[in-house]
Amino acid sequence: MFQTVALSGSRGERRLFSDVSVTVKPGTLLAVVGENGSGKTSFLRMLCGLLSPDGGEILWQGNNIRKLKELYSAQLTYVGHLNGIKDELTPVENLKVSACLAGDDSAGGVVQKALEAVGLGRSVTRPLWLLDEPFASLDAAATSYLTQHIQSHLIRGGMVVVATHEEIDLPPDCIQHLRLTR
Amino acid sequence: MSQPSLSEALRGVVRRDLLLAMRHRSDVAMSVFFVVIVASLFPLGVGPEPAVLRTIASGVLWVTALLACLLSLGRLFTADYLDGVLEQTLLIPQPLAVLVVGKVFSHWVISGLPVVLLSPLLGLQFGLGGDSLGVLTLSLLLGTPTLSMIGAIGAALTLGLRGSGLLVALLVLPLFIPVLIFGAGAVSNSLAGIGSEANLSLLGACFLLSLAFAPWATAVALRIALE
Repeated sequence: MFQTVALSGSRGERRLFSDVSVTVKPGTLLAVVGENGSGKTSFLRMLCGLLSPDGGEILWQGNNIRKLKELYSAQLTYVGHLNGIKDELTPVENLKVSACLAGDDSAGGVVQKALEAVGLGRSVTRPLWLLDEPFASLDAAATSYLTQHIQSHLIRGGMVVVATHEEIDLPPDCIQHLRLTR
Repeated sequence: MSQPSLSEALRGVVRRDLLLAMRHRSDVAMSVFFVVIVASLFPLGVGPEPAVLRTIASGVLWVTALLACLLSLGRLFTADYLDGVLEQTLLIPQPLAVLVVGKVFSHWVISGLPVVLLSPLLGLQFGLGGDSLGVLTLSLLLGTPTLSMIGAIGAALTLGLRGSGLLVALLVLPLFIPVLIFGAGAVSNSLAGIGSEANLSLLGACFLLSLAFAPWATAVALRIALE
């Protein structure tokens, strides 16, 4: 179970959100919605531990993520605005490096396995997915593929937090919404 | 659930950086040519007097190595910062300080090692001979990793800032001074016929000290830069 308790954050002088308490149970998705600049990305980066909150805490299985450090990083996957791959390397080289960094060094010849180690695929084995506008610039087919992917992750008991502008085509009982306002 | 072992994570970081260096061979060649050209300018400016050249050799070659390291520091984290690789590196479930060691090691292989390998040739150009050439190479071998370690702190502190190149120089050059003194001192001592062991030991101590503290400081600076 993943929880934020009275979380507040700001960028510079501007208070983005305050007193956000949400709980994400296994098998559920939290959709973070709000207009541009409302703090969706900051919220997700905070959940990753990349950004420290102004107040409140983030709990993974009841423990503060600040204390868990690498133990927590091993539980999550984060897909942000930047791809985190090297344009200068070939796809296979990128895959091999990512596979190695994801702890799957057997990927040498097995391209499918290596494919799972990059981008969304990397998340297959980790329980918590933090996705920052994953549907941006995807066509209908890719969107439905991604949605299926998320759904099967939820069915396996995974947890997902998505920052998005769109409605996600999933059964309403497994979605909760968090609206951030400016 | 898959989690990289420490060696896997290190290997991944180093492999990516070395692959990238293979793609950008011109960058590596550029720093080598920089060293060769700067070292060749001094004899032209000072004149071909062998005694004078031998006296200035250690200082000139060490300052050249130092500047070559400084020039390549910009590449250490900037590209990773811009394409999101650094962000993902911070999320790798292994201590960031250790991953920083991996990055610094690749940086040294790309920018420091060529200088070390080239140094006997450059030393010959300044009329160094026998023992002194060996001491020069050894001192650079011990000293250039320290330069990369210290440089990494500066590179991480100035990450994402405008005009960071000049700022890195201002931050890092004063910290290079001990390495420069011990490194150049080792060579001049050996030229003077005094043993250079003391200076080399101090260089080794500098390396161990930087290995203990620099990765940790760099990791903290990187976390702050990415907030």
